[in-house]
Amino acid sequence: MTSASRSNIVNETDIAEGTQIKSFTMNFGPQHPAAHGVLRLVLEMEGEIIKRADPHIGMLHRGTEKLIEHKTYIQALPYFDRLDYLSPMNQEHVFVLATEKLLGITPPKRGQYIRVLFCEIGRVLSHILNITTFAIDIGAITPALWGFEEREKCMEFYERVSGARMHANYFRPGGVAQDMPAGLTDDIMDWVGTFPKYLDDVDRLLTDNRIFKQRTVDIGVVSKDEALDWGFSGVMLRGSGVAWDLRKSQPYDSYDDFDFDIPVGKTGDCYARYLIRMQEMRESLKIIKQAIEKLEGMDGAVKSDDRKVCPPSRAEMKSSMEAMIHHFKLYTEGFHVPAGETYTAVEAPKGELGVFLVSDGTNRPYRCRIRTPGFVHLQAFDFMTKGHQLADGVAIIGSLDIVFGEIDR
Amino acid sequence: MSGDALKDLADYVEEELDNYVKGYVFIKNELVITANFKDIVLVLSFLRDDKECHFEILSDITAVDYPEREMRFEVVYNLLSLRHNYRIRVKVHASEDSFVPTVTELYSVAGWFEREVWDMYGITFEGHEDLRRILTDYGFEGHPQRKDFPLTGYVEVRYDDEQKRIVYEPVKLPQEFRNFDYLSPWEGMTSVQFSGDEKAAVQEHGCFINKKTREAES
Repeated sequence: MTSASRSNIVNETDIAEGTQIKSFTMNFGPQHPAAHGVLRLVLEMEGEIIKRADPHIGMLHRGTEKLIEHKTYIQALPYFDRLDYLSPMNQEHVFVLATEKLLGITPPKRGQYIRVLFCEIGRVLSHILNITTFAIDIGAITPALWGFEEREKCMEFYERVSGARMHANYFRPGGVAQDMPAGLTDDIMDWVGTFPKYLDDVDRLLTDNRIFKQRTVDIGVVSKDEALDWGFSGVMLRGSGVAWDLRKSQPYDSYDDFDFDIPVGKTGDCYARYLIRMQEMRESLKIIKQAIEKLEGMDGAVKSDDRKVCPPSRAEMKSSMEAMIHHFKLYTEGFHVPAGETYTAVEAPKGELGVFLVSDGTNRPYRCRIRTPGFVHLQAFDFMTKGHQLADGVAIIGSLDIVFGEIDR
Repeated sequence: MSGDALKDLADYVEEELDNYVKGYVFIKNELVITANFKDIVLVLSFLRDDKECHFEILSDITAVDYPEREMRFEVVYNLLSLRHNYRIRVKVHASEDSFVPTVTELYSVAGWFEREVWDMYGITFEGHEDLRRILTDYGFEGHPQRKDFPLTGYVEVRYDDEQKRIVYEPVKLPQEFRNFDYLSPWEGMTSVQFSGDEKAAVQEHGCFINKKTREAES
């Protein structure tokens, strides 16, 4: 810096008293590494302080709900992988449950346990990514470098069971697409053994880290009443001290067969939400362990034997004419769902993910509304950042755990 | 959440809000209350504040389009009570010209939900402070979730290298839009009758009774 330009810098103390600082508007995004996707924020700033934040969303709007109205139920399922692409199977789960509710079928136990197992792997996938990118946002690189290695292992489990790392399309109405390959449970069990070491490492790096705490403690505080008023769910709600988890309070599939705890925060700030996510990963490991123990001791079908909903096996098709017809009908016309409607919700890693499914008795949904947690949480960004500094806004976005696939749909 | 408790709640709400609630119905064990759209603020504030109800979270606001109806839209409010572990659904009917009162005064979360319903369906919420489009493009025209809005839309957008800006053009499909209708005429399809279908409905002749007749008989 030359001496001439240095002299242009005005110290705060140089500003005469009574000088009015003019507020100005600033664009943040849509292409910004800390925006976690295509988020455009129009910020009204007064110096470094955020006066008002207006998130502009919809840059990733693909019309999922409209597309689903034009697809059969099985064709609609892959769209859910593309909502929150950090935990694809959790998203499939809600649509599958809603369809099953309208059809009035229950998958066999083994199918339910496999779903629980992969939902919890999805939760770990999502939380690793959130915590590590959150750390990047506020200046720590290392957790992400380690975290992505662990995520890759989880995605390998996805790949081995469904053939795809991310867009699995594995859960189906009536169960799951196919049974797990031999040896997968052993490998997941091995990973369950080694993963806590990674968590301990992150704990050591972040939990008592002075810089990390300076950036997160007392930032973005949400009281209990505010959390309810703004419709929070999941970690955002529990961070504010509300003990509420759909896996416990309205158990779906076989979650009531599992023994696990729900961590609840006290302070409602970014740090509390970080701590809950860390603890939830440990709880998820408990569930994964129990699920594998249960699965190893049981045989049986992984999907319903109702051939009007679930396709027959490939081998059966080669010898049975009826199986052949069923297969053909299911993959052309699809199954008919009796007229009705349901609002079904699951505890996705980011909060309550709901589907309001209206069926008119044909093979396509009449209406499929997807209620995503990120959409609700991002709305509260304005009130959470009011009066905070710009850099704290970045920390708050990180702790909201938003993904634009699900916000824009 | 037991079915009996929910039934009691339904009776209680119907009694308390006698003049405002048109009726209730259970669909798949889920309680659905129908109300007049003008009374929505009153109904929701009762459901939020009453001790027996205590629906402190508004999970969702959405709409469903039935173009053949006179009041073509159903606006659907999904509520959740953490204290009693209930869910309830409130439905109101609205037309393109109705002004549904906003519930942002009751639940702050309603702000974006109502913006989305406005964007997607064109239902106006009266009293909403900031009823802008939310998901569609700046300057978008139309309401894409309506049943009469085509899936492909009307305009497409690209970057024009000569003009050095984004241009909007009428949508051009290199391949015609194909909407495969595999719906079988033999079962479940009740809206269309092909010649000969009436024979299937005759009970003494066949083993197969068509669904429409079955519904008519029952």
